[in-house]
Amino acid sequence: MSTLLDILLRLTLWILLAPLLPGIINQVKAWVAGRRGPPVLQLYYDLSRLWRKSVVMSTLASPGFVAGPAVAWVALVGAAILLPIGPFGGGLSFKGDVILLVYLLAVARFCTTWAAMETGSAFEGMGAAREVSYAVLTEAALITAILALSVESGSVALDRMLALSAGTGAVLLAAGLFAVLLAENCRVPFDDPNTHLELTMIHEVMVLDHSGPPLAVILHGAALKLLLFAVLLSEAVLPMGRMSPLAATAALVGAVGAVTIGVGLVESLLARFAFRRVPLLLTIAFLLCLFALLLAWKGGPA
Amino acid sequence: MNSTLNLLIGLAMGLNLLALGSSRLPSVIRAMAVQGVVLGMLPVVITREFHWPVALVALVTMGVKGFGIPALLRRAMRAANIEREIEPFIGFVPSLLLGAIGTIAAVAVAQRLPLLPEHAGTLLVPGALATIFTGFVLLVGRVKAISQVCGYLIMENGIYLFGMLLLHSTPLLVESGILLDLTVGVFVIGIIVDRIQRAFDSLDTRKLTVLRE
Repeated sequence: MSTLLDILLRLTLWILLAPLLPGIINQVKAWVAGRRGPPVLQLYYDLSRLWRKSVVMSTLASPGFVAGPAVAWVALVGAAILLPIGPFGGGLSFKGDVILLVYLLAVARFCTTWAAMETGSAFEGMGAAREVSYAVLTEAALITAILALSVESGSVALDRMLALSAGTGAVLLAAGLFAVLLAENCRVPFDDPNTHLELTMIHEVMVLDHSGPPLAVILHGAALKLLLFAVLLSEAVLPMGRMSPLAATAALVGAVGAVTIGVGLVESLLARFAFRRVPLLLTIAFLLCLFALLLAWKGGPA
Repeated sequence: MNSTLNLLIGLAMGLNLLALGSSRLPSVIRAMAVQGVVLGMLPVVITREFHWPVALVALVTMGVKGFGIPALLRRAMRAANIEREIEPFIGFVPSLLLGAIGTIAAVAVAQRLPLLPEHAGTLLVPGALATIFTGFVLLVGRVKAISQVCGYLIMENGIYLFGMLLLHSTPLLVESGILLDLTVGVFVIGIIVDRIQRAFDSLDTRKLTVLRE
């Protein structure tokens, strides 16, 4: 009974807090640009507005058009439940849960691209192709980072993997995972969440034909994914296991806030990269994670 | 002492990859210059006590590699009016991966070598091997003369790192001599770059393979 209550509490926490992050990022961007910007809670208003609207469906679309976003959202929520929250541990912790986490993220991506192609528009197919071709590189970096954490802690359970920091490798790992976060969540050097130019969109183009509740679910899922990666990055770098519960919670909240503000700053100070330079940047992220793995494996520099 | 040394050499190894991955010539030159400064500090770190001659050589090395040679190269770059490497023989992603493989291989090979006990725990040998390899990749894989010069200078940084192994037995005069040769070499290359630019309207070394009257 208490496990059920625990999981329910976590679910509410993840679902309620997720839309806060894009709001903070927008606030930082507005502050840097000297504007007033939308309220921090803007995404909550958007979601409730979208939820009340009806759905417009293409005549070509199969039920997959609605099922795709739903399955993707459930997969992301599942991944969030697996991730331990600081001192409170994971909601469902078992040996090898990290592998499930990677696959849940992949399922979410598959369903989003599948729903994007349901409309039969070549435009959305193009976005799906871009999303998937970037994913090949980001997933390599993410899996290498997870391997590094796993070698460092000698365990394949997220609970123990994220408890300790990776030492010297933590700096490399942090840089690599930050680049993965930016790429996975379609933030600025890789993709611009605000753009609506056909040549440059990646994520936006995939969700162009969605409307009403499915679009709300997609937007909420994207916010959830951002929060998930921010928590993963913070816990991978901070030595959570060595702090008192209170300090660990404060550190986690502070680190997630710092990551969010960092994303906002990157977004306001950096221009989007040209397409052909993106693989180079992702290769660098992969190499950073690879060297972190080698450091963890060889126990410090030679 | 060893952790400072390893940190500096690790930084130099990271700069290798930066030089391999960037397409803009100024950033390649900057990577090479910072690497020169980082490696210039090594003699002071290795000899624990403070010696005047060692500090002087370190200062001169940092000055020449970090500021003198890059300034000459930047001048040549401005004179030739080129900014970036467009179509290298080995692309940027492949050369970055090559560099990473080379770095890992250097660490792996160095662990098998019969080194002196005081060198076994440091990154001196793997750093030297990886830097020389990076220099080779730049020399072979790039098309523009200035990038090739940068490759040559990065290779020299690697050889300099090897020299650090023998710091206690080679006179620092030898290193000063090498530094002088290097400066003269870059000076001459700066002039040649200018001539190539005037004769061929481009710094593409592929065009230099045909003999003509």
